[in-house]
Amino acid sequence: MSKNVIAISDMVKKFPIGGDYFTALKDINIEFKEGEFAGLVGPSGSGKTTLLNIVGGLDSVSDGEISVLGQSIKETTHEQRALIRRKYMGFIFQSYNLLPVYSVYENIEFPLILNKIDKTERREKVMQAIEWVGLSDKVDSKPNQLSGGQCQRTAIARAIVHEPSLVLADEPTANLDSENSHHIMEIMQNLNKNLKTSFIFATHDEKIMGYLRRIVYLEDGSIVKDNLIKKQ
Amino acid sequence: MMLFNIAIKNLIGAGIRTWLNVLVTSVSLFMIIFSSGMYSGMMQHAMQVAINTEIAGGAYWHKEYNPFDPITYEDSHDITPPAFNNLIKEDKAVEVLVSQASIYPNGRIMPVAMKGITVNQTVLNMPTHTLSKYNGNNIPVLIGKGMAEYANLNMGDTFTIRWMDANSAYDAMEGEIVHIMDVGNFKIDMGNIWIPIDRVQTMLSMKNHSSYVVYKEGFDPNIKSDNWVHRDVKYLVRDMQAMIDLDRPNAIMIYVILLSLAAMGIFNAQILSIFKRIKEIGTLMALGMQRKKVVLLFTLEGLLNALLAVVITIFVFGPLLYYLSIYGIPLPIDYSDMGLIIAKRLIPVYSLLLLLTTIIIVSFVVLIVSYLPSRKIAYMKPTDAIRGKAII
Repeated sequence: MSKNVIAISDMVKKFPIGGDYFTALKDINIEFKEGEFAGLVGPSGSGKTTLLNIVGGLDSVSDGEISVLGQSIKETTHEQRALIRRKYMGFIFQSYNLLPVYSVYENIEFPLILNKIDKTERREKVMQAIEWVGLSDKVDSKPNQLSGGQCQRTAIARAIVHEPSLVLADEPTANLDSENSHHIMEIMQNLNKNLKTSFIFATHDEKIMGYLRRIVYLEDGSIVKDNLIKKQ
Repeated sequence: MMLFNIAIKNLIGAGIRTWLNVLVTSVSLFMIIFSSGMYSGMMQHAMQVAINTEIAGGAYWHKEYNPFDPITYEDSHDITPPAFNNLIKEDKAVEVLVSQASIYPNGRIMPVAMKGITVNQTVLNMPTHTLSKYNGNNIPVLIGKGMAEYANLNMGDTFTIRWMDANSAYDAMEGEIVHIMDVGNFKIDMGNIWIPIDRVQTMLSMKNHSSYVVYKEGFDPNIKSDNWVHRDVKYLVRDMQAMIDLDRPNAIMIYVILLSLAAMGIFNAQILSIFKRIKEIGTLMALGMQRKKVVLLFTLEGLLNALLAVVITIFVFGPLLYYLSIYGIPLPIDYSDMGLIIAKRLIPVYSLLLLLTTIIIVSFVVLIVSYLPSRKIAYMKPTDAIRGKAII
């Protein structure tokens, strides 16, 4: 039986607004297993990005417990969370968040530099990641020379180059057309199969629902449905 | 090392943005060094002109002589110490005999200090040799440019000189301007007429007398006499030094103002540059870079920016600073007319202290303005930084 990558129990997240609080997430109880390809789905403001950020250690919880990769996030410091992200997580953002002055190669290489991988191994891993996402002809291009789809493929390569246990993708197809969206999802699906990396998406894009093996529906900060989809 | 490599890569990758920041810092360095150098040059010039034209290596004054009290002139003279005789002959010393007199240029009366000076000398930077070339019947007179303009006198003009000799008898004779000197020192210009010393000694019936003797640097005869008082260079420049010391707060104020203006420019450029990178900082944190390393990275980039600015200043502005330190800048106005010792070409002087202090302070400013905003961003919520949420 696969072990839990994420375990959340009775989690609440509140944001201070003026003198009051806005509850963004409440009574969240959920687990994600190793190798999952799951989506947090819901309308804007349902809390899916907040949940993703908390899982990634970019935001804190107001109440409840959350364990990521066997470590209680609540008990970790900023520095420890940064270390977990660097070693075991990859992030994919809606607006790609590529480092603008770096080339495709350098952007993908960056997590490996942070993880102090030596140059030869770095080169091997980067070239492999570039091959996975099909950007071999754009190695030296800067982000401003790439299309939206190519930028997102670079971001995917950057997220998986250090072969993390968990990739968190926030609306990865929101800025892409239909063809690019499908292409991106196919790439991530293959990586999920080949690397056994867990992928969790926050999305409200109908186009990518078909690729997900599990869909968790959120509404007004609560999980309303958790569907496991059996693939043919 | 990893952060250093990333910082280098960021600086190179940022291209025009880096060069703009570096240029702002470099121009600031140049402006501060140049302006402060001009000020130092002005002060140093005034001091050097005074030494060249009045002081040389030092002097022996008659014990009664007080250049600021003309009443003392009558009694402040004696036979020049014999120890100076050879030095004067060898052009290593200059004797000067000072007396009160009146001149009558263009029908006006004007009190002056009549100064007899050794004619063939190079100890003082004064064209006294022009006095020896005069063959006429009048008293040859050398005056300064300021005096000539004030008294409306030109080369070849004659005027009456009236004086009182050692026997308290008044006498008068025509003097003729043989040369108008432009030495830039109002103290030997305004209110002074210069005449060959043997002529003045005869006029005043003070044969072989002088009021003070100036000697060339390194030729102090070490006279021990009750009538003659040694005045070294330090003593002779003390009024000028006092003026410079008095003006030091102004100099510091100018330096601080220039530095503040430069700091504002650097601050603006750096802040703009770093706040434009909020999203990048958020991304770095999402990729697992620790906060303190993010701050260190941006501070390091600031330091490299400052280093690059120093290099640019040396290679781009260095030749210009060097050129100006040799040829100076011509001033549009002749300030010597206002009683100031200011060169017609201002030549900046850059001391090592000025260069080092400016480089260190400007680099420190760059470090601070890199550290503070990046720290502020790195301590934002990462989720806000990733979205590039404005914090100012």
